[in-house]
Amino acid sequence: MNAPPLFLPAASEVEEAFRAALLDSDMPVPAGLSDGAGQPAGRRYAVYRNNVAVALGEALESGFPAVAGLLGPQNFRMVAGIYLRRHPPTSPVMPLYGAGFAAFLETAEALARWPYLGDVARLEYALRQAYHAADAEPLSPEALTSLATGDLPRTRLRLAPALQVVRSPYPVIDIRNRALGLGQSIGTRGQCALVTRPEFDPVADPLPQADAALLDRLMAGDTLGAALEETGTDPTPLLSLLIARRALTGLETTQ
Amino acid sequence: MLDRRQMQALPAAPGVGYKAQHYTALAADPGCVGWLEIHAENYMGQGGRPLAQLRALRERFPISVHGVGLSIGGPDRLDADHLARLRDLCHWLDPQSFSEHLAWSTHDGAYLNDLLPLPYTDATLARVCDHVDEVQAVLGRRMLLENPSSYLAFDESTWDEVGFLAEISRRTGCGLLLDVNNVFVSAVNLRLDPRAYIEGFALEKVGEIHLGGHDEDADDHGAPLLIDSHGRPVADPVWALLDLTLARGGPKPVLIEWDTDVPDWPVLEAEAARAARALDRIASGVPS
Repeated sequence: MNAPPLFLPAASEVEEAFRAALLDSDMPVPAGLSDGAGQPAGRRYAVYRNNVAVALGEALESGFPAVAGLLGPQNFRMVAGIYLRRHPPTSPVMPLYGAGFAAFLETAEALARWPYLGDVARLEYALRQAYHAADAEPLSPEALTSLATGDLPRTRLRLAPALQVVRSPYPVIDIRNRALGLGQSIGTRGQCALVTRPEFDPVADPLPQADAALLDRLMAGDTLGAALEETGTDPTPLLSLLIARRALTGLETTQ
Repeated sequence: MLDRRQMQALPAAPGVGYKAQHYTALAADPGCVGWLEIHAENYMGQGGRPLAQLRALRERFPISVHGVGLSIGGPDRLDADHLARLRDLCHWLDPQSFSEHLAWSTHDGAYLNDLLPLPYTDATLARVCDHVDEVQAVLGRRMLLENPSSYLAFDESTWDEVGFLAEISRRTGCGLLLDVNNVFVSAVNLRLDPRAYIEGFALEKVGEIHLGGHDEDADDHGAPLLIDSHGRPVADPVWALLDLTLARGGPKPVLIEWDTDVPDWPVLEAEAARAARALDRIASGVPS
C-alpha cells in the first residue's frame, strides 16, 4: 500500500475564496470564475451557495420534523440557516448531523418563547440514533422465567444499544406527537422518554419518575437488588416495558 | 437461474438508485431492473432497517456503492475515519462496483453535503490522483470516478475535463463513471458540444453510465442554466446522448438516478425500461 504523501499541493486562491464565500452571502462572488464564455460567473456561483444551504437545511428538517412543525417552515428555515452556518456537519454521515441542535435552540434568544424546543430536538435526535443503532437479539421470555427468583437480586440487566433516556421538565413526548399529528393531548407535567427500537421503528414511551430512577441505577450497572434498595421501586412495570419493547437483551447473575 | 451474488461486475443492464420506499415493490417485481446503486453514506449506521434491507437486497441484486462524501477533489487530506467506514461497508457488502465523484465536499473539516467543483490544473490533477491512489489502496479495489455537472468554469483551469479524467485514469488505473446528464448540463451551461465531449471521452474506461433529470433556469444574462436536480424524468437530448455513448462505447451498466420528488416505482421502472430499450438497440445492431 502506498503511504499517503506528506504534502499535497495547497488549495489555490480561487479555491479558498470559493469555499469561504459559500456559506457567507455577504461576501462577493469570487474572482476567477466565469460562465465559460468570458463573463463573470455571477448567479452561477449562487447555485452552489443555494445547493449547500438547501442540502444542509433539508437534512435538518428531515432530522427534526417536530421542531420544524412547531416553528413553522419559515421560522425553521431561518433557524436552520443560522445553525448550519455556525455548525456545518463535521462528517459526511448525515444521520449524525444535528447533535448540537438542541443546545443551539436552547441558547437562541429569539426562541425563548419556545423553551421546550431543545428537549423536542433532543428526543428527535435520540429517535434518529435509535433508528441506526446496532441490532440486538432480545432476551427470550423463557430465559427470564427460568431465572430463579432467588437469583434476581444478584442480577444485572443488559440493554439494547438503541435504548436511550431523554428527560424533560416539559411534556416532551406529547409535544412531539402533537407536532407530528400523532396525538392531541398535552399533559401538564414533565416527561421522561424511554427511547427503544422494538424492530425497525423507534418508539418513545413516557417513564414514570420512579421507573426512570430505577432504570438509571440499572444502566449504571447496579444489580436489581442494589437498585431496588436504592429506589424502593417495584421493578415489574419497568421490566415488562423493557421486554415488550425488546430492549432487554441479557441477564448477568453474579455469584 | 442467474446467481447475481456471484457476478464480478455490474451487468450491462439498467439499474436504479435505490430508495427505501421502493423496497416492497422492488422485492415483488423488479421489472427490467438488473442492479441497484446505493449512496454509501446512508448505510454507515450500526444496524436497523437500512442495513437489514441492504442485506436482503444483496442476495438478489448486484450492488453499486456510490460515495458522495469522500471529497476526492478537495485540498484536504482524505478523512481517514470516513475511508475506514467505506472500507468496512465494501468489506461486508462486497459490491460489484464502487464509485465516487470528481468534486469536493469537505473543507477545513466542514462537510457541505454537496458536490462542489475544482479547477483543472496540474496541481489539482496531482492531488486528485493521490486521493484516488489512497482510496484504491485502502479499499483494495479499483474505483470509478464520475464527471461532475458544472455551472461555472475556473479561469485558472489548464486542462479540459475529458483530458483531466483520462489522465487521472491513466495515472491511477481507476475506471470512469460517465454521467451523460452531467455532460449535457455542463455543455449547455458552459457552451460546449456534448457530442464532442462524449466522442473524446475515454469510453473504454467507463464502467457505468448515469442518467438523471435536470431543471432549467437562466443566468444573469438570460443564458440557459441547467441544474442537476435528479428530480424529474431524463430529458430527450440526454437519451440521444446515451445512444451515442452506447454506439461508440458498447453496452454498459446504465443507472437511472431520481433523488428528489421520488416517484412511485412504476414511473422509475419505466425510465429503466427506456434505458433497456437503448441497450437492446445496441445489442441487436439497430441504428437509433
